[in-house]
Amino acid sequence: MAAPKKGRRSPGGQGRPGRVLALILIAMVALVGGMFASGRTTPRLGIDLAGGTSFTLKAKNEPGKPNAINETNMNTAVGIIERRVNGLGVTEAEVQTQGRDHIVVNIPKGTNAEQARQQVGTTAKLAFRPVLSIAAGGKTPEQQPSPGASAGSKDKNDAGKDEKGKPSGSPSPSASSSTQGRAVTDALKADGASTPTPVASDGKDDKAKDDKGAKKDDKSKQDAPTPSPADTAALQKKLDALDCTTKEGRAAANEAAARAGDNETIVACKKDGSAKEILGPVSVQGTDVSSASAVFDSQQGRGWLVQLKFTGGGSKKFANVTGQLATKPSPQNQFAIVLDGEVVSDPSVSSSIAGGQAEISGGFTQTSARDLANVLSYGSLPLSFGIDTQTTVTAALGGEQLRAGLIAGAIGLALVIVYLVAYYRGLALVALASLLCSAILTYTIMVLLGQAIGFALNLPAVCGAIVAIGITADSFIVYFERIRDEIREGRTLRPAVERGWPRARRTILVSDFVSFLAAAVLFIVTVGKVQGFAFTLGLTTLLDVVVVFFFTKPLMTLLARRKFFANGHPWSGLDPKRLGAKPPLRASRRRPSAPVDPKEA
Amino acid sequence: MSKLGTLGARLYRGEVGYDFVGKRKIWYGISILITITAIVGLAVRSLNMGIEFSGGAVFTTPKTSVSVAAAQKTAEDAAGHPAIVQKLGNGTLRIQVSDLSTEKSIPTQKALAKKLDVPQDKINTDLVGPSWGDQIANKAWTGLAVFMILVVIYLAIAFEWRMALAALVALLHDLTITVGVYALVGFEVTPGTVIGLLTILGYSLYDTVVVFDGLKEASKDITKQTRWTYSEIANRSLNGTLVRSINTTVVALLPVAALLFIGGGFLGAGMLNDISLALFVGLAAGAYSSIFIATPLVADFKERDPQMRALAKRVAAKRAATAKAEGGAEPEDERPDVQDASDDTATAGIVHQASPRNRGGRGRPSGKRR
Repeated sequence: MAAPKKGRRSPGGQGRPGRVLALILIAMVALVGGMFASGRTTPRLGIDLAGGTSFTLKAKNEPGKPNAINETNMNTAVGIIERRVNGLGVTEAEVQTQGRDHIVVNIPKGTNAEQARQQVGTTAKLAFRPVLSIAAGGKTPEQQPSPGASAGSKDKNDAGKDEKGKPSGSPSPSASSSTQGRAVTDALKADGASTPTPVASDGKDDKAKDDKGAKKDDKSKQDAPTPSPADTAALQKKLDALDCTTKEGRAAANEAAARAGDNETIVACKKDGSAKEILGPVSVQGTDVSSASAVFDSQQGRGWLVQLKFTGGGSKKFANVTGQLATKPSPQNQFAIVLDGEVVSDPSVSSSIAGGQAEISGGFTQTSARDLANVLSYGSLPLSFGIDTQTTVTAALGGEQLRAGLIAGAIGLALVIVYLVAYYRGLALVALASLLCSAILTYTIMVLLGQAIGFALNLPAVCGAIVAIGITADSFIVYFERIRDEIREGRTLRPAVERGWPRARRTILVSDFVSFLAAAVLFIVTVGKVQGFAFTLGLTTLLDVVVVFFFTKPLMTLLARRKFFANGHPWSGLDPKRLGAKPPLRASRRRPSAPVDPKEA
Repeated sequence: MSKLGTLGARLYRGEVGYDFVGKRKIWYGISILITITAIVGLAVRSLNMGIEFSGGAVFTTPKTSVSVAAAQKTAEDAAGHPAIVQKLGNGTLRIQVSDLSTEKSIPTQKALAKKLDVPQDKINTDLVGPSWGDQIANKAWTGLAVFMILVVIYLAIAFEWRMALAALVALLHDLTITVGVYALVGFEVTPGTVIGLLTILGYSLYDTVVVFDGLKEASKDITKQTRWTYSEIANRSLNGTLVRSINTTVVALLPVAALLFIGGGFLGAGMLNDISLALFVGLAAGAYSSIFIATPLVADFKERDPQMRALAKRVAAKRAATAKAEGGAEPEDERPDVQDASDDTATAGIVHQASPRNRGGRGRPSGKRR
């Protein structure tokens, strides 16, 4: 038969099978290439198969809160840590309590242990505080002017850097800036003068739902967020004493600031150590943030940012506070975003920010922005934790077991091949090629996802993949049976391939949709390992559809043109005689009493 | 192939076949029996929850040269519960045993101390909480409930409510049987087995939907003919897709069976056993229920539909009339027009497919039209 000529206008309306086939082959090559380019050729394995790193966290007793370490708080902490290390549910990390005040976190091999350590250990208590005053990061030997403060009004994060740039030791105030002392006093005046400012009222609100971890002292009990003049001097002294340039100094400062109550005025260091600030009481709390995400700002060239979305109440508070701040002189028009006692960012505001969004900017890399967004999204821990031990653990499932499983799986696959060849003969080639195609796609995507989102393969996922063999093979079997049914009707192979396809396609789509629905629902609703399973199921289901549409069908169309199949060679699996085909349909149709067409029966 | 192929053809044409729908009472009975056994098994021997659900005790040993496998055996023998043993980076062992309180764990601690040849107080015992807390389990249940509701809605739209209902019954049937087998065999319920259960859920529905799709197609124009009742058509469609069902089940079960019998039995892969048993039972039940339970149930529901009842009456009347007239080919009369309509495109395809061969493949651009 004139196959080459016919190729361009195949009878079934099937476009260009060769092209589709080439497309998916290119995709496969690209994926395999990507896998090799990425430097990893094996999927990340879960902790049950590969072992990993184990952290033991110990809840810290905070002074004044003896009963904070209880079951409820521990379980909440476990939940939050679980989501931090396993937000997408695909990393196969395990979190559990141990004893009364320990939490064990197991993270599969290949995860960045340092990063994980930070993720699990951070308390992540976020607060927005108004800036009252800013000084350079080092110990302040004498009063310093703060030219950076005015610069800060123009450019949010440069305050500290500017100061570093020109450390003019003289106390003489410039036109646009004030001395530290005056800055504070001004701020206090401003606060004191305005009758119940939103800041103050927010302070009350905050007090009402005061965070558990916050320690209230006398000052906050007086319900006066504004420090008295004596306090002002004390604060100024504290600020002067603060050394933000050394790591130890910052750590001490952060700890002190983190411990302070929401209604206290605090002194805190900037993250990069370039500045230290006096900060007013918390005006918007971290609990008012509903979600956080890392975005790259290409328009203004600020690099990676963490974008925060506020809850309804949070947006209102934030709009109020920023409105208030906008009217103030620099640096009091800045607000500081304080994370665990450290000023991450201190942007200035020029107008009230409505819309319930805020950004944290300043020296983030992609990873650090993502980590911070991740930590903020899942809320702060009710307790603070210290890392007791960090050690490697071996796989819970012995290597022998895994090997046994793999051998058994290989034997099973061999049996499948034998069965398919025995039953479908030549057609088994199509089935096996399709299975192989599906296997390559699944494997490479799993490897790549292991790097992109930390997808890890554990034993249940491996079993799921084995069951997926059945579901994938079913798609071919449905199609093959359709084709054979068409041949039994008396059709020749090429129309049979095209006629059988729409019906097989519908069956495949309808049934795969159910699988996909299961995967989607479970992925959205659940957490942890169930989510990981749902991810695998969804992936294999999608790949099943892709393979059948873009590989099996075009391959079938192409093969139908080959003599071996089209003429029904006994080994092709499509021999009309062996299939018990009826005489050609043309003849039978003419007969008045056409034999029953069973597809309607 | 040849014999099977011919059998396939005869099944397809309805020349041979098993009366699934007619004998449904037997199969219902068998299923009810199995399900009751499963439920009784569940009630008598409740599920053996693993450490991930129930928590347990964790032993930390000093640095030791005792192998992981040996320590695991000692711990399991002493505690009577499965143990998870991990070697830590510093050469010590972490042994987790489910369902043990600190007090009850003393014998295990003693046994381990003896095995490791260290004083008993060198082995640290601590309680460990479930890593699969209520939170994860609850969310999994919620997910399951949401999924079932959605899938019933979807099936009701894509097919009809009777099929949705039957699919749900089949699904519950499969899950009950699998869970029952779990309880009876006494396997530990781990996250792995829960996931195995979810896999079964997916497969069971998948298989049912494939069978229903054939049924839906077969019964498309059912009211336009008077030859067969719904039950008979359902039965024929079942027999028609039987080859596919058998092939798919074999292909799906072979790897799992290898995992269960070769991997688990011969090579002694403990944890693999749990999962592969769940999968094996579940997949088999899934394939069984879509043929023997789901479809007959749909037929049962359908026969209660007034339209189908009317059809059954018409069919009965027609058959009586035919029997009287003794006209063999008569029943065809109402069918040709239906068939023509659906076969038109096909015929076109056939004609021009056949023709290029005869006419040298020229001058017939018919392929383009479609």
